[in-house]
Amino acid sequence: MREHLIKTRKSVARGLLTVVLLAGSVVALAAIELNRLSTPELSSRYKQLIQEYRCPKCQNQNLADSDSPISIDLRREIRRMLEEGKSDREISDYLVARYGEFVLYRPRLQHSTYLLWLGPLLLLLIGAVIVVLVIRRQARPIQAQEEISQAALNPAEKARLQDLLAEPNASASIAKGDNASQYGSDSSP
Amino acid sequence: MARIKLFIPLFIFLVLAVLLYWGLGRDPSAMPSALVGKSVPAFKLPALADETSMLDASLFQGQVSLLNVWATWCPSCRVEHPFLMELAKQGVPIIGLDYKDERDKALAWLADYGDPYKQVIFDPQGTLGLDLGVFGAPETYLVDAEGRIHFKRVGVVDARVWEQDFAPRYQALLDGETPVADPNDR
Repeated sequence: MREHLIKTRKSVARGLLTVVLLAGSVVALAAIELNRLSTPELSSRYKQLIQEYRCPKCQNQNLADSDSPISIDLRREIRRMLEEGKSDREISDYLVARYGEFVLYRPRLQHSTYLLWLGPLLLLLIGAVIVVLVIRRQARPIQAQEEISQAALNPAEKARLQDLLAEPNASASIAKGDNASQYGSDSSP
Repeated sequence: MARIKLFIPLFIFLVLAVLLYWGLGRDPSAMPSALVGKSVPAFKLPALADETSMLDASLFQGQVSLLNVWATWCPSCRVEHPFLMELAKQGVPIIGLDYKDERDKALAWLADYGDPYKQVIFDPQGTLGLDLGVFGAPETYLVDAEGRIHFKRVGVVDARVWEQDFAPRYQALLDGETPVADPNDR
Protein backbone atom coordinates (compact mmCIF):
# COMPACT_ATOMS: atom_id res chain seq x y z
CA MET A 1 0.00 0.00 0.00
CA ARG A 2 2.70 2.39 1.08
CA GLU A 3 4.94 1.53 -1.84
CA HIS A 4 2.03 2.09 -4.12
CA LEU A 5 1.48 5.57 -2.68
CA ILE A 6 5.14 6.47 -3.13
CA LYS A 7 5.01 5.26 -6.70
CA THR A 8 1.95 7.38 -7.44
CA ARG A 9 3.58 10.42 -5.89
CA LYS A 10 6.67 9.91 -7.95
CA SER A 11 4.74 9.68 -11.20
CA VAL A 12 2.68 12.74 -10.30
CA ALA A 13 5.85 14.67 -9.60
CA ARG A 14 7.33 13.55 -12.89
CA GLY A 15 4.17 14.63 -14.73
CA LEU A 16 4.25 18.04 -13.08
CA LEU A 17 7.89 18.49 -13.94
CA THR A 18 7.17 17.70 -17.59
CA VAL A 19 4.32 20.21 -17.70
CA VAL A 20 6.42 22.93 -16.09
CA LEU A 21 9.34 22.31 -18.42
CA LEU A 22 7.12 22.32 -21.50
CA ALA A 23 5.37 25.50 -20.41
CA GLY A 24 8.75 27.11 -19.79
CA SER A 25 9.94 26.30 -23.28
CA VAL A 26 6.85 27.84 -24.90
CA VAL A 27 7.19 31.01 -22.85
CA ALA A 28 10.87 31.24 -23.75
CA LEU A 29 10.16 30.80 -27.47
CA ALA A 30 7.48 33.48 -27.45
CA ALA A 31 9.67 35.83 -25.43
CA ILE A 32 12.59 35.57 -27.85
CA GLU A 33 10.44 36.80 -30.73
CA LEU A 34 8.62 39.44 -28.70
CA ASN A 35 11.92 40.89 -27.48
CA ARG A 36 12.80 41.68 -31.06
CA LEU A 37 10.14 44.38 -31.18
CA SER A 38 11.05 47.84 -29.99
CA THR A 39 7.98 48.79 -27.93
CA PRO A 40 5.46 46.88 -25.76
CA GLU A 41 2.58 48.20 -27.94
CA LEU A 42 4.15 46.64 -31.02
CA SER A 43 4.70 43.41 -29.12
CA SER A 44 1.07 43.17 -28.09
CA ARG A 45 -0.14 44.01 -31.63
CA TYR A 46 2.28 41.40 -32.97
CA LYS A 47 0.99 38.81 -30.53
CA GLN A 48 -2.56 39.47 -31.63
CA LEU A 49 -1.81 39.60 -35.36
CA ILE A 50 -0.02 36.27 -35.50
CA GLN A 51 -3.07 34.68 -33.90
CA GLU A 52 -5.28 35.95 -36.70
CA TYR A 53 -3.37 34.69 -39.71
CA ARG A 54 -3.33 31.13 -40.89
CA CYS A 55 -0.14 29.34 -41.85
CA PRO A 56 -0.44 28.69 -45.61
CA LYS A 57 1.42 25.41 -45.37
CA CYS A 58 -0.05 23.80 -42.27
CA GLN A 59 -3.62 24.72 -42.78
CA ASN A 60 -5.08 24.26 -39.33
CA GLN A 61 -2.56 26.31 -37.43
CA ASN A 62 -2.14 30.02 -37.08
CA LEU A 63 1.18 31.77 -37.53
CA ALA A 64 1.71 31.87 -33.76
CA ASP A 65 1.40 28.12 -33.35
CA SER A 66 3.25 26.99 -36.43
CA ASP A 67 6.96 26.39 -36.62
CA SER A 68 7.10 25.73 -40.37
CA PRO A 69 9.67 27.77 -42.32
CA ILE A 70 6.98 29.75 -44.08
CA SER A 71 5.40 30.77 -40.77
CA ILE A 72 8.78 31.86 -39.44
CA ASP A 73 9.27 33.96 -42.59
CA LEU A 74 5.82 35.49 -42.35
CA ARG A 75 6.28 36.30 -38.67
CA ARG A 76 9.56 38.01 -39.56
CA GLU A 77 7.79 40.00 -42.29
CA ILE A 78 5.03 41.03 -39.87
CA ARG A 79 7.63 42.19 -37.33
CA ARG A 80 9.38 44.17 -40.07
CA MET A 81 6.14 45.85 -41.15
CA LEU A 82 5.19 46.63 -37.54
CA GLU A 83 8.54 48.34 -37.01
CA GLU A 84 8.00 50.30 -40.22
CA GLY A 85 4.80 51.65 -38.70
CA LYS A 86 2.41 49.83 -41.04
CA SER A 87 -1.22 49.59 -39.96
CA ASP A 88 -2.96 46.28 -39.30
CA ARG A 89 -4.91 46.78 -42.53
CA GLU A 90 -1.73 47.28 -44.55
CA ILE A 91 -0.25 44.12 -43.07
CA SER A 92 -3.30 42.05 -43.87
CA ASP A 93 -3.39 43.53 -47.40
CA TYR A 94 0.22 42.45 -47.84
CA LEU A 95 -0.55 38.89 -46.79
CA VAL A 96 -3.78 38.65 -48.77
CA ALA A 97 -2.04 39.93 -51.92
CA ARG A 98 0.38 37.00 -51.69
CA TYR A 99 -1.51 34.16 -50.09
CA GLY A 100 -5.14 35.10 -50.74
CA GLU A 101 -8.14 35.56 -48.45
CA PHE A 102 -7.35 32.08 -47.20
CA VAL A 103 -4.78 33.34 -44.68
CA LEU A 104 -7.31 35.39 -42.76
CA TYR A 105 -8.81 33.53 -39.83
CA ARG A 106 -11.22 36.45 -39.51
CA PRO A 107 -12.51 36.86 -43.05
CA ARG A 108 -13.41 40.32 -44.29
CA LEU A 109 -17.05 41.28 -44.71
CA GLN A 110 -17.52 41.34 -48.49
CA HIS A 111 -19.88 39.84 -51.03
CA SER A 112 -18.17 36.44 -51.02
CA THR A 113 -18.37 36.17 -47.22
CA TYR A 114 -21.88 37.57 -46.57
CA LEU A 115 -23.25 34.05 -46.19
CA LEU A 116 -20.45 33.15 -43.79
CA TRP A 117 -20.97 36.19 -41.58
CA LEU A 118 -24.75 36.52 -41.82
CA GLY A 119 -25.58 32.80 -42.11
CA PRO A 120 -25.78 32.21 -38.34
CA LEU A 121 -28.08 35.23 -38.00
CA LEU A 122 -30.24 33.87 -40.81
CA LEU A 123 -30.43 30.46 -39.10
CA LEU A 124 -31.38 32.17 -35.83
CA LEU A 125 -34.18 34.05 -37.60
CA ILE A 126 -35.46 30.86 -39.24
CA GLY A 127 -35.39 29.16 -35.82
CA ALA A 128 -37.31 32.05 -34.24
CA VAL A 129 -39.97 31.92 -36.97
CA ILE A 130 -40.38 28.17 -36.46
CA VAL A 131 -40.71 28.60 -32.68
CA VAL A 132 -43.37 31.29 -33.11
CA LEU A 133 -45.31 29.13 -35.57
CA VAL A 134 -45.22 26.10 -33.28
CA ILE A 135 -46.37 28.11 -30.24
CA ARG A 136 -49.23 29.63 -32.21
CA ARG A 137 -50.32 26.24 -33.51
CA GLN A 138 -50.37 24.83 -29.96
CA ALA A 139 -52.35 27.78 -28.62
CA ARG A 140 -55.09 27.55 -31.29
CA PRO A 141 -56.64 24.10 -30.47
CA ILE A 142 -57.42 25.12 -26.87
CA GLN A 143 -59.39 28.16 -28.01
CA ALA A 144 -61.14 26.11 -30.66
CA GLN A 145 -62.10 23.44 -28.11
CA GLU A 146 -63.62 26.03 -25.80
CA GLU A 147 -65.64 27.46 -28.64
CA ILE A 148 -66.93 24.03 -29.62
CA SER A 149 -67.94 23.06 -26.07
CA GLN A 150 -69.71 26.36 -25.56
CA ALA A 151 -71.57 25.98 -28.85
CA ALA A 152 -72.92 22.60 -27.72
CA LEU A 153 -74.82 24.18 -24.75
CA ASN A 154 -78.33 25.56 -25.04
CA PRO A 155 -79.00 29.15 -23.84
CA ALA A 156 -80.11 28.05 -20.34
CA GLU A 157 -77.00 25.94 -19.86
CA LYS A 158 -74.84 28.81 -21.09
CA ALA A 159 -76.36 31.16 -18.54
CA ARG A 160 -75.73 28.62 -15.78
CA LEU A 161 -72.12 28.19 -16.91
CA GLN A 162 -71.65 31.95 -16.73
CA ASP A 163 -73.11 31.98 -13.21
CA LEU A 164 -70.84 29.13 -12.16
CA LEU A 165 -67.80 30.84 -13.53
CA ALA A 166 -68.73 34.18 -11.94
CA GLU A 167 -69.52 32.92 -8.37
CA PRO A 168 -66.42 31.99 -6.42
CA ASN A 169 -68.25 29.50 -4.09
CA ALA A 170 -70.76 28.38 -6.73
CA SER A 171 -69.49 24.85 -6.89
CA ALA A 172 -69.86 24.39 -3.14
CA SER A 173 -73.49 25.59 -3.09
CA ILE A 174 -74.40 23.41 -6.07
CA ALA A 175 -72.91 20.39 -4.37
CA LYS A 176 -74.99 21.14 -1.25
CA GLY A 177 -78.21 21.66 -3.20
CA ASP A 178 -77.70 18.47 -5.15
CA ASN A 179 -77.18 16.55 -1.94
CA ALA A 180 -80.35 17.98 -0.46
CA SER A 181 -82.51 17.06 -3.41
CA GLN A 182 -80.99 13.62 -3.76
CA TYR A 183 -80.76 12.37 -0.21
CA GLY A 184 -83.38 14.65 1.37
CA SER A 185 -86.19 13.02 -0.57
CA ASP A 186 -85.08 9.60 0.51
CA SER A 187 -84.71 10.35 4.20
CA SER A 188 -87.96 12.27 4.64
CA PRO A 189 -90.99 10.14 4.25
CA MET B 1 -49.54 19.51 -46.86
CA ALA B 2 -48.99 17.30 -43.81
CA ARG B 3 -47.78 14.54 -46.12
CA ILE B 4 -45.15 16.79 -47.69
CA LYS B 5 -43.90 17.79 -44.26
CA LEU B 6 -43.08 14.16 -43.51
CA PHE B 7 -40.46 14.32 -46.24
CA ILE B 8 -38.61 17.36 -44.86
CA PRO B 9 -36.06 15.26 -42.87
CA LEU B 10 -35.40 13.11 -45.92
CA PHE B 11 -34.92 16.24 -47.99
CA ILE B 12 -32.47 17.72 -45.47
CA PHE B 13 -30.60 14.42 -45.37
CA LEU B 14 -30.30 14.32 -49.16
CA VAL B 15 -29.01 17.90 -49.34
CA LEU B 16 -26.44 17.19 -46.60
CA ALA B 17 -25.39 13.92 -48.23
CA VAL B 18 -24.78 15.63 -51.57
CA LEU B 19 -22.82 18.47 -49.94
CA LEU B 20 -20.68 16.13 -47.85
CA TYR B 21 -20.02 13.83 -50.79
CA TRP B 22 -18.94 16.80 -52.86
CA GLY B 23 -16.70 17.91 -50.00
CA LEU B 24 -15.04 14.49 -49.82
CA GLY B 25 -13.81 14.74 -53.40
CA ARG B 26 -12.18 18.14 -52.93
CA ASP B 27 -8.51 18.58 -52.22
CA PRO B 28 -8.36 20.70 -49.06
CA SER B 29 -4.83 21.84 -49.79
CA ALA B 30 -5.74 23.21 -53.23
CA MET B 31 -5.88 26.97 -53.04
CA PRO B 32 -6.37 29.51 -55.77
CA SER B 33 -3.26 31.61 -56.09
CA ALA B 34 -3.75 35.24 -55.22
CA LEU B 35 -1.39 36.08 -58.07
CA VAL B 36 -3.24 34.48 -60.96
CA GLY B 37 -3.97 37.28 -63.43
CA LYS B 38 -1.21 39.48 -62.03
CA SER B 39 2.34 40.04 -63.23
CA VAL B 40 5.32 38.23 -61.80
CA PRO B 41 6.37 40.51 -58.92
CA ALA B 42 9.36 42.79 -59.44
CA PHE B 43 12.64 41.35 -58.18
CA LYS B 44 16.38 41.74 -58.53
CA LEU B 45 18.23 38.53 -57.77
CA PRO B 46 21.42 36.86 -58.97
CA ALA B 47 21.50 33.95 -61.39
CA LEU B 48 22.35 30.61 -59.84
CA ALA B 49 25.14 29.87 -62.30
CA ASP B 50 26.75 33.32 -62.05
CA GLU B 51 26.30 35.46 -58.96
CA THR B 52 27.47 38.61 -60.72
CA SER B 53 24.69 38.58 -63.29
CA MET B 54 21.48 40.04 -61.90
CA LEU B 55 18.10 38.91 -63.12
CA ASP B 56 14.77 40.74 -62.98
CA ALA B 57 11.17 40.31 -64.11
CA SER B 58 12.01 41.16 -67.72
CA LEU B 59 13.16 37.53 -67.86
CA PHE B 60 9.52 36.60 -68.39
CA GLN B 61 8.93 38.99 -71.31
CA GLY B 62 8.72 37.74 -74.85
CA GLN B 63 7.86 34.08 -74.45
CA VAL B 64 5.27 31.89 -72.77
CA SER B 65 7.18 30.11 -70.02
CA LEU B 66 6.97 28.07 -66.86
CA LEU B 67 8.28 29.31 -63.57
CA ASN B 68 9.32 26.34 -61.44
CA VAL B 69 10.11 26.80 -57.76
CA TRP B 70 12.51 24.13 -56.53
CA ALA B 71 15.23 23.40 -54.01
CA THR B 72 17.67 20.63 -53.23
CA TRP B 73 16.08 20.10 -49.79
CA CYS B 74 12.78 19.23 -51.44
CA PRO B 75 12.24 15.50 -52.11
CA SER B 76 9.22 16.10 -54.36
CA CYS B 77 11.40 18.27 -56.58
CA ARG B 78 13.58 15.24 -57.19
CA VAL B 79 10.45 13.31 -58.19
CA GLU B 80 9.39 16.09 -60.51
CA HIS B 81 12.78 16.65 -62.10
CA PRO B 82 12.68 13.96 -64.85
CA PHE B 83 9.40 15.32 -66.19
CA LEU B 84 10.83 18.84 -66.30
CA MET B 85 13.71 17.44 -68.37
CA GLU B 86 11.15 15.96 -70.72
CA LEU B 87 9.28 19.26 -71.03
CA ALA B 88 12.53 21.08 -71.74
CA LYS B 89 13.28 18.57 -74.46
CA GLN B 90 9.86 19.33 -75.99
CA GLY B 91 10.91 22.97 -76.14
CA VAL B 92 8.92 24.41 -73.22
CA PRO B 93 10.95 27.29 -71.74
CA ILE B 94 11.32 26.77 -67.98
CA ILE B 95 12.67 29.41 -65.63
CA GLY B 96 13.84 27.99 -62.30
CA LEU B 97 13.57 29.67 -58.93
CA ASP B 98 16.01 28.06 -56.52
CA TYR B 99 14.19 28.77 -53.30
CA LYS B 100 16.01 29.07 -49.94
CA ASP B 101 18.83 26.88 -51.09
CA GLU B 102 22.61 26.73 -51.08
CA ARG B 103 24.40 27.56 -54.29
CA ASP B 104 26.89 24.68 -54.20
CA LYS B 105 24.26 22.07 -53.57
CA ALA B 106 21.98 23.49 -56.26
CA LEU B 107 24.76 23.55 -58.85
CA ALA B 108 25.72 19.98 -57.95
CA TRP B 109 22.08 18.91 -58.34
CA LEU B 110 21.88 20.39 -61.86
CA ALA B 111 25.20 18.81 -62.79
CA ASP B 112 24.10 15.39 -61.50
CA TYR B 113 20.53 15.19 -62.72
CA GLY B 114 20.54 17.54 -65.69
CA ASP B 115 19.46 21.13 -66.15
CA PRO B 116 15.98 21.67 -67.62
CA TYR B 117 16.07 25.43 -66.97
CA LYS B 118 16.72 28.26 -69.41
CA GLN B 119 17.75 30.34 -66.44
CA VAL B 120 17.72 29.81 -62.69
CA ILE B 121 17.02 32.65 -60.26
CA PHE B 122 18.90 32.19 -56.99
CA ASP B 123 16.77 33.23 -54.01
CA PRO B 124 18.50 32.10 -50.79
CA GLN B 125 16.39 34.39 -48.55
CA GLY B 126 13.13 33.43 -50.19
CA THR B 127 12.20 37.05 -50.92
CA LEU B 128 10.77 36.44 -54.40
CA GLY B 129 9.21 33.28 -53.01
CA LEU B 130 7.42 35.38 -50.41
CA ASP B 131 6.18 37.85 -53.03
CA LEU B 132 4.93 34.96 -55.15
CA GLY B 133 3.08 33.44 -52.22
CA VAL B 134 5.22 30.30 -52.31
CA PHE B 135 4.72 28.13 -49.26
CA GLY B 136 6.43 24.95 -50.27
CA ALA B 137 8.38 23.60 -53.18
CA PRO B 138 7.74 22.50 -55.84
CA GLU B 139 5.39 25.07 -57.28
CA THR B 140 4.93 25.74 -60.97
CA TYR B 141 3.46 28.84 -62.61
CA LEU B 142 2.37 29.34 -66.20
CA VAL B 143 3.46 32.80 -67.31
CA ASP B 144 2.45 34.48 -70.58
CA ALA B 145 4.68 36.50 -72.92
CA GLU B 146 3.83 39.72 -71.04
CA GLY B 147 4.92 38.25 -67.73
CA ARG B 148 1.40 37.67 -66.35
CA ILE B 149 0.71 34.57 -64.28
CA HIS B 150 -2.11 32.44 -65.71
CA PHE B 151 -2.04 29.32 -63.61
CA LYS B 152 -0.36 27.95 -60.54
CA ARG B 153 0.18 24.41 -59.38
CA VAL B 154 1.38 23.56 -55.88
CA GLY B 155 3.02 20.14 -55.89
CA VAL B 156 4.61 17.88 -58.44
CA VAL B 157 3.92 18.43 -62.13
CA ASP B 158 3.86 15.07 -63.88
CA ALA B 159 2.56 13.93 -67.27
CA ARG B 160 -1.03 13.70 -66.00
CA VAL B 161 -1.03 17.15 -64.40
CA TRP B 162 0.62 18.60 -67.48
CA GLU B 163 -1.95 17.12 -69.86
CA GLN B 164 -4.85 18.07 -67.66
CA ASP B 165 -3.99 21.52 -66.32
CA PHE B 166 -1.06 23.00 -68.19
CA ALA B 167 -1.05 21.79 -71.81
CA PRO B 168 -4.43 23.31 -72.83
CA ARG B 169 -3.62 26.67 -71.23
CA TYR B 170 -0.07 26.65 -72.57
CA GLN B 171 -1.30 25.92 -76.10
CA ALA B 172 -3.99 28.61 -75.83
CA LEU B 173 -1.36 31.16 -74.81
CA LEU B 174 0.93 30.12 -77.68
CA ASP B 175 -1.94 30.41 -80.16
CA GLY B 176 -3.04 33.71 -78.69
CA GLU B 177 0.39 35.31 -78.85
CA THR B 178 0.13 36.98 -82.25
CA PRO B 179 -3.49 38.21 -81.85
CA VAL B 180 -2.65 39.89 -78.55
CA ALA B 181 0.21 41.77 -80.19
CA ASP B 182 -1.84 42.68 -83.28
CA PRO B 183 -5.65 42.40 -82.96
CA ASN B 184 -6.23 43.04 -86.73
CA ASP B 185 -4.25 39.97 -87.64
CA ARG B 186 -6.87 37.58 -86.19
